[in-house]
Amino acid sequence: MLSRVAQNIYWMSRYIERVEDTARLISVNTNLLLDLPRDTAFGWQPLLFIIGNQDEFHQRYQQPDEVSVVKFLVGDQKNSGSILSSLSFARENLRTTRDVVPREAWEQVNDLYMYVRDHLEMGMSRRGRYEFLRRIIHGAQQVTGLLAGTMSHTNAYDFLRLGRHLERADMTSRIIDVRSGNLLIGQRQTQGAQGQEQMELNPFENIQWMSVLKSLSAYQMYRQQIRLRVRGPDVVKFLLQEPLFPRAVYHCLDQMEFCLQKLPAPKNAEILESIAELKKNLTEVNIPELTKEGLHEFIDDFQIGLGRIHEQIAAAYFAH
Amino acid sequence: MTIDWRHYQSAGFYDELLDTPGQPRRAAQVLCDYLASLSDDELSERKTAAELAIQVMGITFTVYSEGGSIDRAWPFDIIPRIIPKREWDRTEAGLKQRVHALNRFIDDIYHEQRIIKDKVFPAEVLAQSVNFRPQCVGIEAPRGIWAHICGSDLVRDKDGTIYVLEDNLRIPSGVSYMLENRVVTKRVFPELFENQRILPVDDYPSQLYDMLASLSPRPGHDPQVVVLTPGIYNSAYFEHSYLAQQMGVELVEGSDLEVGDDDCVYMRTIEGRERVDVIYRRVDDLFLDPEAFRPDSALGVPGLLRAWRKGKVALANAPGAGVADDKVVYAFVPAMIKYYLGEDPIIPNVPSYLCMRDKDREYVLQNLDKLVVKPANESGGYGMLVGPHAKAEERRRFATLIQEQPRNYMAQPTLTLSTAPTLCVQTVEPRHLELLRFHTAARHASQVSYHVEPRHLDLRPFILSGADTYVTTGGLTRVALKRGSLVVNSSQGGGSKDTWIVDTEE
Repeated sequence: MLSRVAQNIYWMSRYIERVEDTARLISVNTNLLLDLPRDTAFGWQPLLFIIGNQDEFHQRYQQPDEVSVVKFLVGDQKNSGSILSSLSFARENLRTTRDVVPREAWEQVNDLYMYVRDHLEMGMSRRGRYEFLRRIIHGAQQVTGLLAGTMSHTNAYDFLRLGRHLERADMTSRIIDVRSGNLLIGQRQTQGAQGQEQMELNPFENIQWMSVLKSLSAYQMYRQQIRLRVRGPDVVKFLLQEPLFPRAVYHCLDQMEFCLQKLPAPKNAEILESIAELKKNLTEVNIPELTKEGLHEFIDDFQIGLGRIHEQIAAAYFAH
Repeated sequence: MTIDWRHYQSAGFYDELLDTPGQPRRAAQVLCDYLASLSDDELSERKTAAELAIQVMGITFTVYSEGGSIDRAWPFDIIPRIIPKREWDRTEAGLKQRVHALNRFIDDIYHEQRIIKDKVFPAEVLAQSVNFRPQCVGIEAPRGIWAHICGSDLVRDKDGTIYVLEDNLRIPSGVSYMLENRVVTKRVFPELFENQRILPVDDYPSQLYDMLASLSPRPGHDPQVVVLTPGIYNSAYFEHSYLAQQMGVELVEGSDLEVGDDDCVYMRTIEGRERVDVIYRRVDDLFLDPEAFRPDSALGVPGLLRAWRKGKVALANAPGAGVADDKVVYAFVPAMIKYYLGEDPIIPNVPSYLCMRDKDREYVLQNLDKLVVKPANESGGYGMLVGPHAKAEERRRFATLIQEQPRNYMAQPTLTLSTAPTLCVQTVEPRHLELLRFHTAARHASQVSYHVEPRHLDLRPFILSGADTYVTTGGLTRVALKRGSLVVNSSQGGGSKDTWIVDTEE
């Protein structure tokens, strides 16, 4: 398999995963705001933290209000992380790998790109947004499903899954980071405040943790496995350490490991070591302690670790 | 009923589907009856379905503009062009004969040059050929074949005679559109394929693969075949990726390949280097190898020509094959067929005047308003003078060019290219538009109606030469979408149609 093609496929699937995860984030945030009291400070800003491009946002938009943030994350072509940009990159990458990836995948990505481009207005209003984002999430899943069902499990497919799981691990960790950070601070503040206020905010804290789970389609699976009321540390534990839930970070690392084992050796050895190290850190950490102190730093380190793995993959397999 | 064939007039031209107004040709009878039975709504539905299929399938071609290159959806007319099988069989035989002679010619030119010694082909034409590659002299091409893939353009004159207009022996393109047009047409008119024999076209990619694989310098070894593309910005990139995909081979760019110290060609893969046996190159000769040709080329592979000369890799088409792809050399093809094969040409050439010959030049200069003047080495319809349509000033400019570089120009009578019915849309504005202007329904009130008009077309079949010779079933029909226009190139307002070879014999 050509190095250039491997690289393109890897990135293509990262972009598709990014599209899906970004759509999930916006969708759940929209829902959450409908449940919270109108004067809650918690709004659209956290989404910018999660995606990590606030500086770019503030260069071109006045306020992180709903319309601006959604526009920036969905349809802003100057924002290289927007859904539309990601789809256009995925499309370009597929264009150069159309000979390797089943042709229907190109048709679907092309279709999805045109859908998003032509229906941006729909995403701006809360009324149309649900349907708009649902189509995007389904569109991205369709691509994933189509490839799972039609692509031979050659190295091309390994690179595809490697990219997807790396991106997913990254996005899940970002969601935990910002949502948790936000919620934990909220928790601390309420603890210090009067008892009555605490009572009032607690139900909402619960709702926010549910939103974290729902943004990852994890709510149902969480309830099945945890069977307790939704509590912060349990949610963080589930999303970081659960080996069986497909969007949990640990599971993604597992999958990356599996894909890498199938790639040409011995170039994969060093990368596998890095993944093992990340997994070790992940399983050894004390979650209840972490949710009290240092979660952000932990996730920061984790993301640096993921970044290093990406560099290693690129050096081993994509270098020209 | 919206199409009434009695009102279809293509006066003075041979029409591919209709014999006389209202009277379809035998092979086109089923199609014409079917089209006439459709309402405006049904036609509209078919047309939309085709446009949607083209968009969804991502069938595009790239157009260069000042702001970079853009992808345009492939312009396509849903009414197919039909050729009866019996006529096609003869054309196919003629194309095989022609390509056979052309390959003999190229091989001769790079070896003994008997055809020049025997005074059938003038030495000065070769001396001034821009596509002759001195680097190729003496090379032994396997089976003596240089042009493995040829695309010859056929046109039909008003009396129904089919002529060869030119042979594309360098990197002919368009075959992917031929294949895609059929896919689209099957989606749009499935019922028409049920009750008549329309010969399939989808065999091409496997024929191409087999031919390429047969060129491998390592027989017995599973051949590594690749398609070499200049990259995503090339106007035919769609086709390059399409063919690679259909053949199940790698699509490579120059930067993916390298020539090793052992003179073998390798591609860079995730496993490391892997040897390449056959390269279907879609990069021009001059950009193939910066060591041998243009040193500034970033598209090629340094050392590629060396590897090819040593027989370590096969290139299709072989470098230098373009020596026969020259509009002046073209005029000698009938003579080549006689010379090498001892046969009469089955498909005639369009009569040609070579400006290098004094008598011909004189005639051309005196009849510029009646002739089409073509430069020897341009393709894509560029640099041409269509005498009857040109302004006097343009004709004067060409007169000067011809006198300055007679070898570089040839002229042909303006052919009355054949036509075929093409679907045209007319928007009928509602009456009293003024009154309706503020009414939102006004926009929906304007009606779309369809009718057919004759449009000029040509045909580009593709011929593969390896151990056997294979001709596509029909080819790519290109159609000039503008009324009266003779320019069929997609870069200049042309479109295409599906081409049906219909077997009417029981």
